[in-house]
Amino acid sequence: MTERTRVEVELTVNGRSHRVRVEPRRTLADALRDDCGLTGTHLGCEHGVCGACTILADGEPVRSCLMFAVQCEGMDLRTVEDLADGDRLHPIQQAFWENHGLQCGFCTPGFLMLSAGYLAQNPDPDEEELRAVLSSNLCRCTGYQNILKAVRQAAEVMRG
Amino acid sequence: MAPGYYTPAFMKPAPFDYHQARSVAEAVAHLGEYGYEAKILAGGQSLVPAMNFRLARPAVLVDINPLDELDYLEEDGDTLRIGAMVRHVTFERPVTEGPTGRLLAMAAHHVGHLPIRVRGTFGGSLAHADPAAEWCVIALLLDAELATRSPSGGRDIPAADFFQTVFTTALEPEELLVEARLPNLAPHTRIGFQQFSRRAGDFALTMAAVALEADDGPVANARIALGGVSDRPVRAGEAEQALEGQPATDESFRAAAEIAAQEFDAIGDIHGSADYRRDLVRALTRRALEQAIST
Amino acid sequence: MIPWIGQPLPRFEDPPLLTGEGRFVADLTRDASFLRFVRSPVAHGRIVSIEAPGRITAFTADDLRQVRPIRPLLHRPDFHPIEQPVLASGKVRFVGEPVAVVVARTPEEAEDAAEQVFVEIEPQDPVVSAPDALRPGAPTVHDHLEDNVVVDARFETEGVDEVFAGAAVVVEFDLRSQRQNALPLEARGSVASYDPRSGRTTLTASVQSPHVIRTILADLLGIPESDLRVVVPDVGGAFGQKFCLAPEDVVTAWVARRLRTTVSWVEDRRENLMSSFHSRDHHYRVRGAFDRDARLLAVDADLLCNIGAYSCYPVTCGVEPLMALAEFPGPYDFRTYRVRSRGITTNTCPMAPYRGVSRPVITLAMERLMDLAAVRFGIEPAEIRRGNLVSEFPYSSATGLVYDEGSYVESLDRAVEEIGLEDFRDRQAAARSEGRYLGVGISVFSERTGYGTSAFAARSMDVTPGYETVDLAMDPSGNVEVRLGASPHGQGLETTLAQLIGDELGVEPARVRVVHSDTDRTPYGWGTFASRSLVIAGGAARLASDRLRAKLAAIASAELEAAPEDIVIRAGRATVAGTDAGIDVSELARLAYHSSHRLAGGMDPGLTATATYDPAGTFSNACHVAAVEVDPETGGVRVDRFVVVEDAGRLINPMIVDGQLHGGVTQGIAGALYEEIRYDSEGNILTTSLMDFLPPTLAEVPTIEVHHLETISDATITGAKGLGEGGTIGAPAAIINAVADALRPLGVEVAEVPATPSRLRRLVSESERIPA
Repeated sequence: MTERTRVEVELTVNGRSHRVRVEPRRTLADALRDDCGLTGTHLGCEHGVCGACTILADGEPVRSCLMFAVQCEGMDLRTVEDLADGDRLHPIQQAFWENHGLQCGFCTPGFLMLSAGYLAQNPDPDEEELRAVLSSNLCRCTGYQNILKAVRQAAEVMRG
Repeated sequence: MAPGYYTPAFMKPAPFDYHQARSVAEAVAHLGEYGYEAKILAGGQSLVPAMNFRLARPAVLVDINPLDELDYLEEDGDTLRIGAMVRHVTFERPVTEGPTGRLLAMAAHHVGHLPIRVRGTFGGSLAHADPAAEWCVIALLLDAELATRSPSGGRDIPAADFFQTVFTTALEPEELLVEARLPNLAPHTRIGFQQFSRRAGDFALTMAAVALEADDGPVANARIALGGVSDRPVRAGEAEQALEGQPATDESFRAAAEIAAQEFDAIGDIHGSADYRRDLVRALTRRALEQAIST
Repeated sequence: MIPWIGQPLPRFEDPPLLTGEGRFVADLTRDASFLRFVRSPVAHGRIVSIEAPGRITAFTADDLRQVRPIRPLLHRPDFHPIEQPVLASGKVRFVGEPVAVVVARTPEEAEDAAEQVFVEIEPQDPVVSAPDALRPGAPTVHDHLEDNVVVDARFETEGVDEVFAGAAVVVEFDLRSQRQNALPLEARGSVASYDPRSGRTTLTASVQSPHVIRTILADLLGIPESDLRVVVPDVGGAFGQKFCLAPEDVVTAWVARRLRTTVSWVEDRRENLMSSFHSRDHHYRVRGAFDRDARLLAVDADLLCNIGAYSCYPVTCGVEPLMALAEFPGPYDFRTYRVRSRGITTNTCPMAPYRGVSRPVITLAMERLMDLAAVRFGIEPAEIRRGNLVSEFPYSSATGLVYDEGSYVESLDRAVEEIGLEDFRDRQAAARSEGRYLGVGISVFSERTGYGTSAFAARSMDVTPGYETVDLAMDPSGNVEVRLGASPHGQGLETTLAQLIGDELGVEPARVRVVHSDTDRTPYGWGTFASRSLVIAGGAARLASDRLRAKLAAIASAELEAAPEDIVIRAGRATVAGTDAGIDVSELARLAYHSSHRLAGGMDPGLTATATYDPAGTFSNACHVAAVEVDPETGGVRVDRFVVVEDAGRLINPMIVDGQLHGGVTQGIAGALYEEIRYDSEGNILTTSLMDFLPPTLAEVPTIEVHHLETISDATITGAKGLGEGGTIGAPAAIINAVADALRPLGVEVAEVPATPSRLRRLVSESERIPA
């Protein structure tokens, strides 16, 4: 194979700069996982439906499989690895743990980042809004029951 | 010789060259240079899945995300001007007083899911021209004008001429959609928006958007636009005419919905046959009209 | 929190998964080259040639001639073996079948390379559906067979025709279950690494049964098992799809050995939908005979299961037809039964077990039978069930299955009470007068779980699963390590086993480490599938704990100068019953290793125990009730309520139990209303994205109301019954019965799942009674 053109991109992930050389076609999700080594962001469909790859870009929850790494210079990217404060779990992580909001754990980072992005802007959602937002992502194990419960609890905790 | 085949499934894009446009002029210049080989990358929420499947394989991608100059909303007299890069999420709360803003907000909640709405753009959705896309249906309903720029200048295209068939618009390869101009609905206009999808956030199987005036008398200025029923968003012209001057009653709504259901050669796919889609048009049109009159 | 059993303990599995520290196969590709499979775009045809540009590293069946084909076996005359080369050889038999494999440095470049492999295929007429494949003169999928019937099993008790002839009411109907994909959110995949120093190959794979996979890999590659290690990292869901051997895993291991390097295969979602295993593609014709008191006397069933192009290892393509045959009677007491159950091969993706296997469909069939009969008799669906459910135990079914004690009638009564049936009927009547269609549906079922070797042997399997072995060791610090052959992947077994063992050995569950999913570190076992791990691995853990506890008691009795039977081990201490005299368990542990001269004569140093458990099986039972509203104009169904009354015996961790039920029910709702793999008549698959194959989101799933009964039977030594599949088994019948109940005024019958909006709308529009 001939060497494909790669370009240098500086990604700011979880407050840290990563200089990576990628082909323009490398998705943000693949760049985070394979070039930055942050494999907490998962790929479940790579066409924008399942939401396992959800991260925060400038504070907004986005599907990282639907963006290219070359687009993301200068963005503040946040992944699941950034959520806990050292050994202290983020209230959303804590609530997922206490409420059995995960089974296989594959969809979990996407749901955590979706919830984190949403609750940061909407700290007191009603049930209907919360259900609508959490229907953004797919989970195959939990039937969503305990995910909903966990995010509801986390919202309360975060409101203090 | 037996027929030859290649493997049927992909999930990573084919190679492409990437250009980040710093101005509309630069974006248009790239389009002028690469023509059919180039694709505009706006929100990417439909284009990137198609590229991941290698169903779309542009040789050149022109990224217009940096173009803040296309991220604006302006009221210009009776017209709402929407820059091509305004994200879907912007419309969740009414962007303008009156029925136009409310209609956009009603539709916005059906556009994908939150993470799709924070990236996807108004202009990108129009240019992608999915026959079941909310913004395409609304643009048609409101007789929007779509403004373009190209190396040779630019033009305004009426929505009725813009959508040609599935994923196909009147845009020339070197032409960039820069703005949608939505004539504001009169303040007393009543609106309805109904859609049916298999799951929350999915593209609708069928949708109906309506606007009409009927304060104390017969229906006037009735508009009905449908999505997902044909190869492009369509206006149910015969149903609109049938409603004109009629009393706003269950009977006239039912009759108009029936006409709308028969007006088109509906399309079928794995989620529903053409007959089924006609049934949906009938139900959703009637419900949208009822919704309009009851709110 | 003693006893630990019964506590909703948060899982030990969770912290890494919550913080992005989980390690799934695709996270382990750092040193690997990437494989990409070239797949057949043709359903049926003869391969004429395969050409790849010279600069591409590609392998085809010609390169893999030394690799044996997959040839799963049952030893029974009504089974016809078929075999699958790991890369198509000579013929292609379904769209998506691996034809060649390429190797590249990045996933993108692997796709570029695969794209350049040109396959010349002489197409042949395909057979796609089971009825098509049965037509006289239909093309045969496997040339060595006369037709496409690969399993043709029959069972008949005496006097079937006589009972039908004398019946007061005979109910007869057809049922069609469309095809589903188990759809774990993480698709399949593996990393194979060849170590030139040892000559060993390690396959790190997303599978449910590492030991069995190692055995078959060794068999197919023709190498000793000791040259292979199979490791299972975190697994992002499996639901049966990762239990059977993936031909791609064999190829991945082969390429690593051939190139003496590390290679990875990460299946993407389209490949998963197209080429990973499918399930539940059934056509049934069912007759039931009732006496005039609405007692079910006999069932006569003809069952067709489309098993796809190949047979899955180790359970074979008999798994669906044979389970359907044996378990069709479900929780109902009738003695006269005739069934013919066939497995039909077609040019479609192979079938393998998916959560529930055939039971979601046979439960739907029996529950439809009950509802249709109830309508004929003019009685409530609950009433006809009450009169027919098994109520004396142990109960031996018409096919000879023995049901241990359960609570079939009690679960029904409780569920009907929870849903508020009488009030619902009032609301339903009121709604109907407004042109709204509400319905309620009941599903009562048994779930055979935790069955061991004897049960599998009854299927005459060449590879007969069943037992589990557990190695237990208390280290000198008093911590416990448990090694098992089961391979949990989301079920929380690390936590529940720690709770079980914690109570037995008097240690905190946090001090019990569960080691699994690595053939180098665990005893041979069958893996995690068939709602078995807590029952069987848990039973083995209990037995091993008993042995270790006995040794601890013996050491303590010598130290404390008391009789061993007077030693109580609890909360980290061994004490003499009724006294203050005691010694810490950790001190006993230290002593067992470091002061073995003080052990009584004949006692080995150290604290280890091994036990194997191999039970006959136990039946969980449950009743599901769904309340729905059907929109007659769109055909849309909204599930308003879903009630589960579950009896899975003793609950070790009720939070985990409820989680299994929530997820199971949701997959059942998916099967009833949403998910469907579709092929066209040429065998092209039409559903290769999650925009076409539709797993439900939270918006489609109601609150699932779970209630428990706890019948403790003596069928398992822990009192626990399995329940991993129950939610999925029962939910489709509850939903479909509710939809049918809603539409009953229109005089239509729901005979196909999923009951999609377009199907329901067609029923409504074809109804002669136009909706209000």
